[in-house]
Amino acid sequence: MNTSPLTALFSYFALLSLFAVGGANAAIPEMHRVAVDVMHWMNDRQFADMFAISQVSPGPNVIIVALIGYHVAGLAGAAVAIIAMCGPTCTLAFFIARTWDRFKAARWRMAIQAGMVPLSLGLIAASAFVLARAADHNVYAALITAATAAVAFFTRINPLWLFAAAGVMGLSGWL
Amino acid sequence: MSDSAARPAHNPSLSELFHGFSLVSISGFGGALPWARRMIVEQKRWMTTEEFNEAFALSQFLPGPNVINFSVVFGSRIAGPVGAVVALGGLLGPPLVIVTLLAVLYERFGGVEVLSRILAGITAAATGLLIAVVAKMAAPLFLSRWNSAPLFAVLAFVGVALMHWPLPYVFLGLAPLSIAFAWFKR
Repeated sequence: MNTSPLTALFSYFALLSLFAVGGANAAIPEMHRVAVDVMHWMNDRQFADMFAISQVSPGPNVIIVALIGYHVAGLAGAAVAIIAMCGPTCTLAFFIARTWDRFKAARWRMAIQAGMVPLSLGLIAASAFVLARAADHNVYAALITAATAAVAFFTRINPLWLFAAAGVMGLSGWL
Repeated sequence: MSDSAARPAHNPSLSELFHGFSLVSISGFGGALPWARRMIVEQKRWMTTEEFNEAFALSQFLPGPNVINFSVVFGSRIAGPVGAVVALGGLLGPPLVIVTLLAVLYERFGGVEVLSRILAGITAAATGLLIAVVAKMAAPLFLSRWNSAPLFAVLAFVGVALMHWPLPYVFLGLAPLSIAFAWFKR
């Protein structure tokens, strides 16, 4: 295939957006598969870096697609990626919002919603797995992951503190 | 701010809409939705709790990022297509400017040893946060008996994480079955 990078970015993210049940975090494994394994746009570490940057920047997690797009094709790539990722579902949201009252209590609507929960759980678990393989190269990184998971599960601490602590540990040369 | 049932006398103007969502976007580390609820229900009183929950349920029902969908649903309710675009622009505009600057910096300095060490630490922590999210989501599903949910969660995980199958195939293979089980369970 000899398509331009912008066309590839647009078609991959537009397709992906329709299957991203559970939001941006559920779409991470597919983004990784396409960007690293299929298209060879970047390596494992670069993908993990972009995920980290998207987590520490304010705003919805979906902005990771702008980082990937920028890496592939500069400003135009960032714009195309975010439009492709948000355009289809936003259009859908706009039109379904007008008819929502008619089917919000329908049994099929509840069945679809209940049926999506386990899929998004499985996909977010897959995200954690993919990122752990990219990030946890040694026992210290794995320890940071485990400690963060425990703290975030049992407390309601602002994640920025955890990022700051982990960033300092990374800086000090343990990882 | 406890009386969130009271509605305001007026709907937000377009500039208030843009302003409100751009404020939400830059406050929202690790998920913008709690901030959206705070602004819309408690501070500005543009919606009652019930209206917010209903619009949120719709946003969750749709594919794609929930908070993005929510901005479109809310904006279109206030001012039709223009309102949807304005709310979405407010939510995505400021973070996109910031993340684009970070992208420029990363492309220039991403290879610098110090930066990559810091990012390695942050990725390890962000992975831990995802694991905590998974654990919180999984607990109610895995603890109830006679439930097909764990099976589908595990199958989705295996297909995507271990087999590296494309997400659309995994989704189209599992979603109809998962929905059918949910339909007959009730």
